[in-house]
Amino acid sequence: MELPTQRYRVTRADLVRYAGASGDFNPIHWSESFAAKVGLPGVIAHGMLTMALVGRAVTTWAGRPDAIVEYGVRFTRPVEVPDTEDGTEVQVSAVAKDTDDPGLVRLDLTATCAGVKVLAQAKAVIKRP
Amino acid sequence: MGLDQSFTGRSYPPSAPYQVGREKIREFATAIGAEDPAYHDPEAARALGYPDVIAPPTFPMVLSMATSRQIVEDPALGVDYSRVVHGDQRFAYRRPVTAGDELVCVNSIESINARGGHDFLTTRSEIGTSAGEAVVTVWTMFVVRGEEG
Repeated sequence: MELPTQRYRVTRADLVRYAGASGDFNPIHWSESFAAKVGLPGVIAHGMLTMALVGRAVTTWAGRPDAIVEYGVRFTRPVEVPDTEDGTEVQVSAVAKDTDDPGLVRLDLTATCAGVKVLAQAKAVIKRP
Repeated sequence: MGLDQSFTGRSYPPSAPYQVGREKIREFATAIGAEDPAYHDPEAARALGYPDVIAPPTFPMVLSMATSRQIVEDPALGVDYSRVVHGDQRFAYRRPVTAGDELVCVNSIESINARGGHDFLTTRSEIGTSAGEAVVTVWTMFVVRGEEG
């Protein structure tokens, strides 16, 4: 079963907030010159911020904030965040599948930014709503 | 070149206890835009059966990332952190982290593989209360990029 797509806007201010809240102050998430120096196209979002947004989608679909049993992703492409008011947008969709355990549902997750998949092998196992 | 694969299975001393604060959870939830009342309002969390606000699913990274430095900065292992990229991330939960928890992180090296000139280092963090209750297991895969050219 396909679940309704969730959309999350990400701006530079969000990266600053996430850096502070998570303790991850890597300058690739806030410094244009540093990002360029290490060969990135620009300032990129924390992979863990993207994973957190996808986690929001999962708990939204699950209908409970404590429904997740397992959750994993592979980071394949960076989410580039331009220095504009609108920033960028991450879209999250999922297909729900039965598991061997009748109490659990598996979600195969897709996250894209500017039409490009930013995660691979993204999966969550949730308690059946 | 390449990380010493004999480090596989090595376990590190438990981290100092981390006190999970209600305001820290609220700050983290606000930073990721998570508005579910159970992350912010103790009453809403109690209605779900928890003693205080619960943390969003990726919150355990706050602990595991800080404490896994004991691995990536282990001089004997010799990871060049300037070449490290976060490859993948996985969590297995027994319950959500809750305000009031005192958590301890035990880190170990789950695997080290070399492929295509890069090293793939997977760490495992067992996060539990200082009283010994298991809460969440966190796996982080770091890609240590090989030197170019």
